[in-house]
Amino acid sequence: MPNYRAPQIHSSEITPEHVWQSRRDWIKVAGASLLTGAAGTWPSIGGAASLASLEAVTSKQFFTMEPRTPEKDASSYNNFYEFGTDKGDPVKYAHTLQTSPWKVRIEGEVVAPKTVDLDDIRKLAPLEERTYRMRCVEGWSMVIPWIGFSLSELLKQVQPTGNAKYVEFITDVQPKNMPGLSSRSIQWPYNEGLRLDEAMHPLTMLVMGMYGKVLPNQNGAPVRLMVPWKYGFKSAKSIVAIRLTEKQPLSSWMKAIPSEYGFYSNVNPEVAHPRWSQATERRIGEDGLFAPKRKTLMFNGYGNEVASLYTGMDLRKNY
Amino acid sequence: MIRTLSVRTLDRAKILLFMAGLYPLARWLWLGMQNDLTANPVEFLSRSSGTWTLVCLLVTLSVSPLRQWLNQPALLRWRRMCGLFTFFYASLHALAWAWWDQGLDWAPMLADVWKRPFIMVGMAAFLTMSLLAVTSTHGWMRRLGRRWQYLHRLIYAIALLALLHYYWHKAGKSDFTTVTIYAAVMAVLLGWRLLRFNKRRTR
Repeated sequence: MPNYRAPQIHSSEITPEHVWQSRRDWIKVAGASLLTGAAGTWPSIGGAASLASLEAVTSKQFFTMEPRTPEKDASSYNNFYEFGTDKGDPVKYAHTLQTSPWKVRIEGEVVAPKTVDLDDIRKLAPLEERTYRMRCVEGWSMVIPWIGFSLSELLKQVQPTGNAKYVEFITDVQPKNMPGLSSRSIQWPYNEGLRLDEAMHPLTMLVMGMYGKVLPNQNGAPVRLMVPWKYGFKSAKSIVAIRLTEKQPLSSWMKAIPSEYGFYSNVNPEVAHPRWSQATERRIGEDGLFAPKRKTLMFNGYGNEVASLYTGMDLRKNY
Repeated sequence: MIRTLSVRTLDRAKILLFMAGLYPLARWLWLGMQNDLTANPVEFLSRSSGTWTLVCLLVTLSVSPLRQWLNQPALLRWRRMCGLFTFFYASLHALAWAWWDQGLDWAPMLADVWKRPFIMVGMAAFLTMSLLAVTSTHGWMRRLGRRWQYLHRLIYAIALLALLHYYWHKAGKSDFTTVTIYAAVMAVLLGWRLLRFNKRRTR
């Protein structure tokens, strides 16, 4: 018999494990409810346990000794308004997000614009596991082991021109799959922006996974940003476009409430949000009910790495 | 229509109302034991206590209209307990802010009340409600006589302040669905008073 050649199956054709699993969960539930005839408890569909694992090398440069936030908390307490404004909404409703096929356009002030898919992105640089602090503007924080690499690896490929001064990130909009789009809190699609030097900084991360697995939908699957020295809303989720621009982009939160949200949004305990102080925060999963709040660090503790980006800048005016 | 219940029946059934009033607290304790207070228990309990305060407030305000609509004048016997449960959950809500959010630090607390309109309005509602709670006894009803009625009409101001407090809290996310529902219920309950006031005036 001639040598058998297995058909080349592109990785994007592989059914994501959580979808495969959820189909089995539905079959099980359908079977169980036929037998019991009662509305029993539904098993969690697409729970964290059924996500594909993502191999990564633990970064020796980007890590912290602080205890990690429990994975259950990091994947069930999220702000992803496309699925509802309650923290518990994304974990309940984001299972409808279509994450495959996925394309990211990199365009604008670049010499070589391109459109990449998830396989292309994974091949750009070795995947690293970096444990970063994440501080939400609302006053809570987490410590999460993200998997990805520096965004600069992708931006280098497209060669920003001399006119490129800023980078804009656009989150996907899927009207049939995102029940939260009817909310008027944000002008969709959600967009965010960084200065070019912030985007090229090694700390700025293009993220494809967390806790050793691919990103759960509610955390911004399949690819998102992580800028650990800025408030969490700057780290756009489920990115479909990265645009290099000459003019400073107007981000979604700047458009929504300009008096409260600025472009830089650096974590800064000395600059209060108009409605609350930013001097302290609550670490999810660690600070119990009766523990006092902890002090927020300038630049979320990444001052050594990023303070030089802002020398001479009035960080109160440029909030 | 069911028969008119006597004062004695409603006094005896008060224990059931008391148990119903403890439901929110019991539910929190149950969730706590299941470790199901969400990833941010402080935020969950602060918001839940606020929600239940608003619910208890609307229940309290619905006693008088229900007396008329269900023809149960004896329901009046339940009104004070409803009001005191409202105050109970309002106290827990205020304590959650003072202790968990502000660390019982007087200077930042005062600054917060001053700088943040939504806290100021909430604090005004709570302080006024405390006054009503203190004067809710039969002793005070005797002491104040007619003026007790006028004092306790402050519940209407408290209701409006509480709604404004809730509206401002939700305004940051332009999330007005639940605010609209509470406002609609409140409009009916307060509107009933307006109608009654008009009827009495034109008698």
